Amino acid sequence: MVAQPASDELKVGSNLEKVLRSGQFAVCGEMAPPQTCNGDFLRRKIDIFKGNVDACNLTDNQMAIVRMSSIAAAKIILDEGLEPIIQMTVRDRNRIAVQADLLGAAGLGIRNVLCISGDHMSFGNHPSAKAVYDLDSLQLVHLVRQMREECMLVSGEGTPPKPSKPDAPWNKVPTPLFTGAASNPFGDPAEFRVVRLAKKVAAGADFIQTQAIYDIPRLEQFMSQVRDRGLHEKVFIIGGVLPVRSPRALTYMRDEVPGMSIPEELVQRMESAEDREEEGINICVELIEQIRGIEGMAGVHIMPPMWEKVVPEVVSRAGLLPRPTFEGSRE
Amino acid sequence: MIVADRKSLDDIVDMIGDADKVVVSACNACVTVCLAGGRREAGILASQLRIHAKEHGKDIEVREHSLARHCDAEFLSDLDEELEWADVMISMACGVGVNLASELHPKHRIVPGLNTTFYGATDAPGRWLEMCGGCGDCVLHKTGGICPIVRCAKSILNGPCGGSQDGKCEVDPETPCAWQEIIERLEAQGRGDDLIAVEPAKDWTTSFSGGRRRRVVEEIYEEDEEASA
Repeated sequence: MVAQPASDELKVGSNLEKVLRSGQFAVCGEMAPPQTCNGDFLRRKIDIFKGNVDACNLTDNQMAIVRMSSIAAAKIILDEGLEPIIQMTVRDRNRIAVQADLLGAAGLGIRNVLCISGDHMSFGNHPSAKAVYDLDSLQLVHLVRQMREECMLVSGEGTPPKPSKPDAPWNKVPTPLFTGAASNPFGDPAEFRVVRLAKKVAAGADFIQTQAIYDIPRLEQFMSQVRDRGLHEKVFIIGGVLPVRSPRALTYMRDEVPGMSIPEELVQRMESAEDREEEGINICVELIEQIRGIEGMAGVHIMPPMWEKVVPEVVSRAGLLPRPTFEGSRE
Repeated sequence: MIVADRKSLDDIVDMIGDADKVVVSACNACVTVCLAGGRREAGILASQLRIHAKEHGKDIEVREHSLARHCDAEFLSDLDEELEWADVMISMACGVGVNLASELHPKHRIVPGLNTTFYGATDAPGRWLEMCGGCGDCVLHKTGGICPIVRCAKSILNGPCGGSQDGKCEVDPETPCAWQEIIERLEAQGRGDDLIAVEPAKDWTTSFSGGRRRRVVEEIYEEDEEASA
C-alpha cells in the first residue's frame, strides 16, 4: 500500500530515489564503518547487501565512537557497486566543514545523505570533545536541499560564488544529493513528533528514515497523524527495523536507549523461543510485513548491528526479492 | 549571576607551588551567593592550605581577604597592600575578577581558586541552574523564555531531537528536555503554532568565537576619554 509521491521526475537519480519514485517498496541496509582504516571490513560485507537492498546507510561515528568517516566508507562500497546513503551529523562539523563534506561526497559520486543531529559525545569514546552543533539537523536538511535546488550555501553565496569571467554565464553547479531526515515516531512529546516531521518536509526532506520500530500500534497512530496532514504524499517514509538475537537486546533498548518503544510481548517471545536467532528473524519479517501494510510507508530500513548476514534471509522471507533494477544503473 | 565551583585542593596546591606567603581573596558578589568564593569559602580554603602545609612539613603563611566585587577596578585597588606582601594571590572571584585583577596588577601572580561555570540562577537552596549562554543574539522571545542554546544539550533551534523521552534529556536523565519545556510553555500560552516555522541557521558572530567582545556606549565612552585626557 504505497501511497507516495510517485513520479517520473528524478531530482538526483540515485537508485534509492528511482525505487521510491517508481512506487516500489524500498529496502535500505546499514553498515557501521570500521574502527580502523581497514576498508576490507566493508568490502567483505558487500555481497550480503548487494542485490538485497536498494541502498545502504553508512553511519557517521555512531554513538559518538570514532570510526572511519561515513564518506570514505561510502566511497569504498560505491566502488564495489553498492549504493551508499551517507549519514551526516551536525555534532562534529560546523557549517564550513558540513558544506565542504557535502561537496566532497557529491563529487565522489555519493547521491544520498541522511541528515541527523548525531548521538551526543557524552555517550562515546571521547566524552571530553567540544560539541559543535553549529547547525541543527533541520537546518542541515534545508541546506542540502538548498545546495541542490538553488546552488546556494548557508551564506547565500552561490556554488560557485562568482562566474569565472565577468561576462560569462552564471554557471551554477548543483550538489546532487537525495535528502533524508530522521524521525522518531516513539519520541516525546508524542503530539509534536508529527509537527517536527512536517518541519523536516518543509525544510526539504525527500525521504525519512525512522527510529527502529517494534511497536506497530504506536506506529499506526503516528502514521494516522502523518496522513491527516498529507505528509505521506510529500515525503517517502522508510520504517526502521532492527533484528535482534536475544531478549537482552530488546530489554537493553527498552531500558537504555531513549525514544524506543518495545512491547512486552516481543520480549516474552524472545525469552521463550527455543531458537532465538530464528525467532528474531521471524519477528523482524513480521514487523516488515506489518509496516508494509500501513498506508504511507514507502520502504524499510534494516539495521542489523553486527548481524549483517541476516539481511538476505530477512529480505527474502519478507517477499522483497528481487530488488528492482533500472536501465543504465551501475552494476 | 555568575556561578562557579571551587577548584580541588590538589589543583590549588599545584598552582601555588612553593609560595610561602599566600593571600586568599574572597569576592562578596555572585560567588558568595553560589557558595563558591565568598568569605566563608575563602576561610575554608585558607585553613585547608595551612593544614596541608603543616602535614607536608612546609611553613607557609596564609592571609584571608575580601572585596565587595572583583569585577570592578574601583574595588581592586584595595589589593595593593596584600599583593605587595604575598608571593601569590588565590582569587576566589569568577574568571572576570581574575582577569581584571591580573590586568590591574600585572606584576603580581594571581591564580584562580574557582572554575567559572555558567550564568545561572538559584533554583533551590544549594542548587544553581544555567539559564543563559551569553550568545549575543537572544531568541528567548521565540522559545517562551527557555534558552535552547544552553538548556538543550545539542543547542537545537528546531527541537526536540529524537532522544527526548518522558520530558527528560537523553544526555542526562536529571535534566529536563528544554524543547519539551518550550513546547509546553508555548502551548499553555496558546502560541504552539509559533513552533511550526523552521528556524534558520543561527548567526554566531555575536558569540564567543571571535576573540574578546566589547560593548561601547559612544557618548559615555568618549566623554570619559576626554575627561581623562
